[in-house]
Amino acid sequence: MLTFLARRLAAIAASALVLTFVVFALTNLDPNLEKLAKGQGSARMSDAEVESWLAGNGYDRPMLTRYGEWLGVLPGWTAEGEDGTVVRGRCIDNAADREIRPRFCGVMQGDWGWSTRFRAPVGEILADRLAATGKLMFWVMVVMVPSALLLGVLAGMREGSRTDRTLSTVAIASTSTPEYVMGVLLIALLASSQAGLSPMLKEWGLLDAPVLFQGNARSAVGDANFWNFTLPVMTVALYGMGYIARMTRASMTEVMTQQYIRTARLKGVPFRDVVMKHALRNALIAPFTVIMLQFPWLLNGVVITEVLFSYPGFGWTLVEAAGNNDIELLLASSVVAVVLVLATQLISDIGYVWLNPRIRLA
Amino acid sequence: MMEDQALGWFATIGRMAMQVWPVWLGMAVIFGLSIRFKRRLGLYGKLFDSTVGMIGYAIVLFWVLVAVFASLIITHDPLAQVAIMKNAAPGSPTGLEDGYPYYLLGGDALARDVFSRMVMGAREVLKIAPAAALVAYAVGICLGLPAGYLGGWWDDVLSFIANLVLAFPVILLFFLLVTPEIQQTGIPNGMAAILFAIPLVLMALMIHSRFVTQPARRNLWLAILAIVGIWAYAGLVFDADPLGVWRMPPNLLNVFIAVVFVNAPTVFRIVRGITMDIKNRDYVAAAQTRGESGAYIMLWEIMPNARGPLIVDFCLRIGYTTILLGTLGFFGLGVSPESPDWGSTINQGRRLLTAYPHAALAPALALMMLVLGLNLLADGLREESLKD
Repeated sequence: MLTFLARRLAAIAASALVLTFVVFALTNLDPNLEKLAKGQGSARMSDAEVESWLAGNGYDRPMLTRYGEWLGVLPGWTAEGEDGTVVRGRCIDNAADREIRPRFCGVMQGDWGWSTRFRAPVGEILADRLAATGKLMFWVMVVMVPSALLLGVLAGMREGSRTDRTLSTVAIASTSTPEYVMGVLLIALLASSQAGLSPMLKEWGLLDAPVLFQGNARSAVGDANFWNFTLPVMTVALYGMGYIARMTRASMTEVMTQQYIRTARLKGVPFRDVVMKHALRNALIAPFTVIMLQFPWLLNGVVITEVLFSYPGFGWTLVEAAGNNDIELLLASSVVAVVLVLATQLISDIGYVWLNPRIRLA
Repeated sequence: MMEDQALGWFATIGRMAMQVWPVWLGMAVIFGLSIRFKRRLGLYGKLFDSTVGMIGYAIVLFWVLVAVFASLIITHDPLAQVAIMKNAAPGSPTGLEDGYPYYLLGGDALARDVFSRMVMGAREVLKIAPAAALVAYAVGICLGLPAGYLGGWWDDVLSFIANLVLAFPVILLFFLLVTPEIQQTGIPNGMAAILFAIPLVLMALMIHSRFVTQPARRNLWLAILAIVGIWAYAGLVFDADPLGVWRMPPNLLNVFIAVVFVNAPTVFRIVRGITMDIKNRDYVAAAQTRGESGAYIMLWEIMPNARGPLIVDFCLRIGYTTILLGTLGFFGLGVSPESPDWGSTINQGRRLLTAYPHAALAPALALMMLVLGLNLLADGLREESLKD
């Protein structure tokens, strides 16, 4: 078990290393650096000005060196003023740093670098944004998982029945509605003062506010409530729900054909007890893996949803960073994303073994 | 005669149904013929025994035919602007003497006809999604078969790479790979050179291993493949087709490559899994005893027997690719600003979503319907292929 864990953790580290290098290489292509220079300087810079800006900020040195600096295995870059003192540098964010001046300041020293888009340390930005996204994810899970499991178990209980057909169609419809479609539908239906339900409810005097739910979730960062947070949560949850429900249904139908279920039925155990006591626990092993593996998918959904509802979380930050070629913020974001994906895979593998004693890890 | 009365909902829907008459005609013909001859059509024919599959197929066929007959169906030029129709409600009259008298689904923020753009968008999406899924399949099969059949270091290396790509968040990958800056560097062309070569290699291997005992036929087929393949390859990858049949604008090539790149690892894993299952069957052992080559066993023994799950997944994958294309459009990546594809239309429409929802709703519902159709079709196919 320990060797298994060690091997997997090593694989995570290796993957993160390779992927950050790929991200680093892509963001440091010449056209991208030019975009960065023009974004930081002015859009009308000439080629010569772009080059001098890049040289003045240390972007003109070999890529491998700078990747090493980012990692923290090479000493950070510095620029000296005319009198020989260090004025700018990788490790120098403010005047206080100029006094201490650490030699190495990379990821390994816990310094995630400086965001050129938000003009703040990457670590601070990401901590805030991840907290915001964590809140969204938490509520998504609270809504999505129980409803998906319920849907799947009810559908899989009696395969081929009318309930099964109806619920399976609902599940397929939900997997066919990506977040950007679901979000648009929900906003048009519930958050528009011109169309959908809100004007109707207002006319009947059932609604005081102009709209039923708010289509913009910016205020939900500080103060999330039913009014401003429902739509983003539903948008992510509804798309993911269908998939989990279908997996639960498949697992449930398989369990329901097992011998021990038949035995229990023939013994005269009521159908409700068969489902609750005999089938449910065995049927939920497979969906557990699916739910864990759903995290990376949720991450995509979260990016789209946060942009659509302008909720400044991790996904929104990722899009901003990519749009402005904010190299260090992008690198940190990809580390977070990759670790999240691989860690959930690991947890799902371990959890699977723990739930199903018939499987042993080599 | 000039029309000045806005249409009601009922009249609008009726007029839209009339406008797509070539689609109804095409669907009637195809369904009639298919049901008539369904016993002779194999898995495709059996699809008509399953209600779910038939509904899914009908929806998919509807959009395919809309894409085919798009230029007959549209009521206005999808790029033309009629100033007074800015954000007009569905069914509004244009008030112009010539041309179709109404904007059936209203106008968008730039006063273009939403209905015509939606119809043209179907063509944009269906031009790329199936082809991208097909290339992803060729890549996945070409790498997945040897990984599953041979195993060993070949499997380890390929699986590590596939997992690496899968660990990458799709959207970050799109933001890095699909930009005008990347197009300047030529990276998409380099990736296209590799990814488009794989289907050609796959076909060449299939021909070679099939006709290895009949050199004359083998050479004939290989020659045909070489001519057509190199022609298409030069046109698509290097934009150097002298006849101009095969060409892709750089931004489209970029989108295409990104979508193939994202899909291929999943296909690889599926093919690898199925291959590992099938390679222990008796008919594979029989072929090995006969002394068939590895390529023959993989391509002509294992692959045909893996077709059931692969066809099902192929339908799902077209749907997923449609969603990915929509995502790219939604973030404005790789599409020209005027492109009528559904993703970018949704993106443009979302700015005025609460005031004028129709401009974003039409493409959103269209996309949902197409993906739903593909998912239902896959479900029907799965059900029918399991019955064997």
